[in-house]
Amino acid sequence: MGVDRRNFLKALGVVGSTLTMGKTFGATPEKTKSDIEFDGILFDSTLCAGCQNCEVVCAEHYGFPLPEDVPEAGVVRETSEKRRVAINSFNTSGGEFFMRKACNHCNEPACASACLTKAMLKTDEGPVIWREEKCMGCRSCMIACPFDIPKFEFNSPNPKINKCRMCFELLIEGEKPVCVVNCPAEALLFGKRRELIEIAKARIYADPENYNHAIYGEHEVGGTGVIYLASVPFEELGLRNDLGTVAYPEYNKTFLYSVPAVLVLWPVFLLGLSSAAKERKLKSQIEEES
Amino acid sequence: MNRELNTGVFKFILNELKPKGKLITPFNIIALITIMTAAWILFIRFTSGLGSVVDADQSRPWGLWINFNVITGVAFAGGAYVVTFMVYILGLEKYRPIVRATVLYALLAYIFYAGALLLDLGRPWKVVNPIIGNSFGISSVLFLVAWHFILYMGSLFIEFLPAIAEWATLKRQRKFFASLTLAVVIFGIALSTLHQSGLGALFLMAKPKIHPLWYSEFIPVLFFISSIPAGLSLVVVLESIGQRVFKENMSFLHTSSHRKIMFSLARICTISLFVYFTMVFLVFLHGKNLSYLNTPWGYWYLVEVIGFVLIPCTIFLYGYRRLNLQMVRIAASLTIIGIILNRLNISTIAYQWYSKSLHFPTWMEVVVTCAVIFVQLLVFRWIVRRMPVYKESPSWIKEDMENKSFKIKNESINLNTRREKWKVSAE
Repeated sequence: MGVDRRNFLKALGVVGSTLTMGKTFGATPEKTKSDIEFDGILFDSTLCAGCQNCEVVCAEHYGFPLPEDVPEAGVVRETSEKRRVAINSFNTSGGEFFMRKACNHCNEPACASACLTKAMLKTDEGPVIWREEKCMGCRSCMIACPFDIPKFEFNSPNPKINKCRMCFELLIEGEKPVCVVNCPAEALLFGKRRELIEIAKARIYADPENYNHAIYGEHEVGGTGVIYLASVPFEELGLRNDLGTVAYPEYNKTFLYSVPAVLVLWPVFLLGLSSAAKERKLKSQIEEES
Repeated sequence: MNRELNTGVFKFILNELKPKGKLITPFNIIALITIMTAAWILFIRFTSGLGSVVDADQSRPWGLWINFNVITGVAFAGGAYVVTFMVYILGLEKYRPIVRATVLYALLAYIFYAGALLLDLGRPWKVVNPIIGNSFGISSVLFLVAWHFILYMGSLFIEFLPAIAEWATLKRQRKFFASLTLAVVIFGIALSTLHQSGLGALFLMAKPKIHPLWYSEFIPVLFFISSIPAGLSLVVVLESIGQRVFKENMSFLHTSSHRKIMFSLARICTISLFVYFTMVFLVFLHGKNLSYLNTPWGYWYLVEVIGFVLIPCTIFLYGYRRLNLQMVRIAASLTIIGIILNRLNISTIAYQWYSKSLHFPTWMEVVVTCAVIFVQLLVFRWIVRRMPVYKESPSWIKEDMENKSFKIKNESINLNTRREKWKVSAE
């Protein structure tokens, strides 16, 4: 069996067309990273009863001690190296309400942009996760985070950073975060961030009397993955209203953008300056001699 | 032959390792006690965690070791880039006697203060992560600062290599090392510009946590500008102490030029402090912070800006106008206090200013901080007593220098003839 002219041309044609069009032919469109939408959580403080179930299931799931204190107005319970979510009680102008404190999974997280080892990572799916094998424990994520969320094990020789990871390992298996699943009051809702904002808006439109007409986290710090609804102004529930709507990494940008310029232009300028000075020196030397 | 050479080197190093000067002095005893205590404290720190030693908590994650040793200490190493700029770039030969001491101080400052970073890292065994390339956080300011620290340490070491070569009588190598100096100086200045300001940029994202009087988007610029008077003031203090402590190690040139150099530095300090003050004032106006001025925080701000920037600036001015060395030294000390205040205000005192709990560093933190400084000074002394830092270079250098000046003369003659030629051709 030899290769005749016809077969050769056929083979050439097949090879050529697969090479040039192989990708467009047949291949099912793969999801590129930009197609994945951020996941998020909606917390509706008008529904939360302060039962701490989310705290309990989170502690059980990740092996932390169960909470022993209860939310109390006037006392702020912080998240800590042993607690990823904390429910606080507030006496507001509209009565007692509860607010949840945990990582907000910012769209452009300050912690991740402060991290020099990429240990803090904004995943394509939305959760901001901490990776033990990368972290060197410098704690600049804690300096950068506008919500003071990352917590550090100060009393351990092998310290870790503790913060909510939106149950990322469950998410990639198609499950929901444990706190959302186990919320008896359905104050927590998990979904795509875009859809959650629509749901939140719908709730405000459906019941405008009951809600403060704003969604905390829609624009704050450039948008967060966890968004909040309330019936009173958010600052009465301990949320800061002075954080601005600029994504925090933006504050670094001017500085970081000027780095390559300085590294290129400065040496050139200095070299010119030094040769100018050298020439001047020579000139004075010549004058001295003559 | 080879063996002889080896034993020769061995003997030389062994001989040089022996202490020179009195062993039992108050300084040595205090230094030894501090360092021993610090070693014990560090043992506790690495076995039971940072929190057992350092006053840092979840809301103030950085303690004294980062905020004082790294962020403040590095500002004072800024003298090296300013002095090398004046000598190697601008060709101001009158500052040459202080170049080596300044570079050596900066090199040790970077080694030990950036080294202090290792003590503070929670997971120091991961410190190679941003360096070897499996996890480059290139959007991070700290990543940039870390890299610049490493590269700048290398630059300073190469700048200091000729002194080491002179000490070890390595004639040929000295020539090679000296030929690298200009390139390394230029590289070093670019790096210093960026990491001095980068230390300020570390706090750019802490906007909601720092008092508005101290936070502005211009922190990096202010950090860079203030590192000039900070570095030079430290040179003034260091040289003044060096004149007394290292008298027997000092060349005639160094002693005789001391006054002149100090007054010239005072002049530069006046100008740079005034520029710094003007910029602080402009930033203050730009931030519309007038309403904060009549609060306790405002008074504290005025203490820093008037008391430790404007006042030392005027004392420097009087000092060099009236040729009063004592005044220059006082002004330099005030400037140093002012810069320490500024860095600590941003990183510690006015950080989380709204929190009600008061924070003070623990005694253990302070001891380790002092120990780091003591180790730096001891190494500085060890080197100064052996290598030509304040001392005169060995006599074999002179031949080299004469050759060089001959070369320069030749070059100048060449240049002159070339000029003549151009003139002729132009006509």
